[in-house]
Amino acid sequence: MKRRLFMKGTLAGSAITAALGAGLLAPRAVLAAWPEAEMLAADVADTGMASGSVKIKAPEIAENGAVVPVTVDATGVDGIVESISIVAAANQRPLGATYHMKEGAIPFVSTRLKMGKTGDVFGVVKTASGTVNAKTQVKVTIGGCGG
Amino acid sequence: MAKSAVKLRAKAKKGIIDIKCLMSHPMETGLRKDKKTGEKIPAHFIQTVVATKNGTPFMNADFNSTISKNPYLRIQVAGEKGDEISVSWTDNKGASGSGKKAAK
Repeated sequence: MKRRLFMKGTLAGSAITAALGAGLLAPRAVLAAWPEAEMLAADVADTGMASGSVKIKAPEIAENGAVVPVTVDATGVDGIVESISIVAAANQRPLGATYHMKEGAIPFVSTRLKMGKTGDVFGVVKTASGTVNAKTQVKVTIGGCGG
Repeated sequence: MAKSAVKLRAKAKKGIIDIKCLMSHPMETGLRKDKKTGEKIPAHFIQTVVATKNGTPFMNADFNSTISKNPYLRIQVAGEKGDEISVSWTDNKGASGSGKKAAK
């Protein structure tokens, strides 16, 4: 049984390697849904209007830039929330994550970001009627005394 | 494969299930360099996360390499005690992991 599993694993592995070698099956083909261009862009084009109905929570001072907890609460936004994106403006790749909400989901997400340096963090909320955001500044003091 | 599993907690309260999960993953950006060799460490990070309730997806997320190592995620969905929540991820190398739990 173990041998069979092993064989399966090797076969699958080599198929992927061959495809990669041919350059046809680049990682994006495996994950067709992942918006590569958007994720690798140096800036995010559309963050919409600032709105008080979106709440974002992040520490004012992050002592460790590798772990910055960010919470976006869009339960106060009118209409159905289609997606929530978290954007760290100062990062090389600003778009952190996009959460696509479907039926039943509460527009509330909390996660941890990596941040290279001090900058604004945006919570961008997309609804059928437009895009709204909220921002907060996070100071990153890597290796500092928290000053 | 305990390593690729997703640790899950799902708690139901007043019709809302609060889900907290931890995924075990290195989340390499591809921008970092190996200090000894000076070579770039290849990117390796979670790209998509799908959360389902009783088998129906209610949220799918696109992650960038910006997300911290061993990603933590807290989400909420309308639901009751006993609903089965599952969270699964796929990374840029095609590997995946998942976790399942009934809401308490």
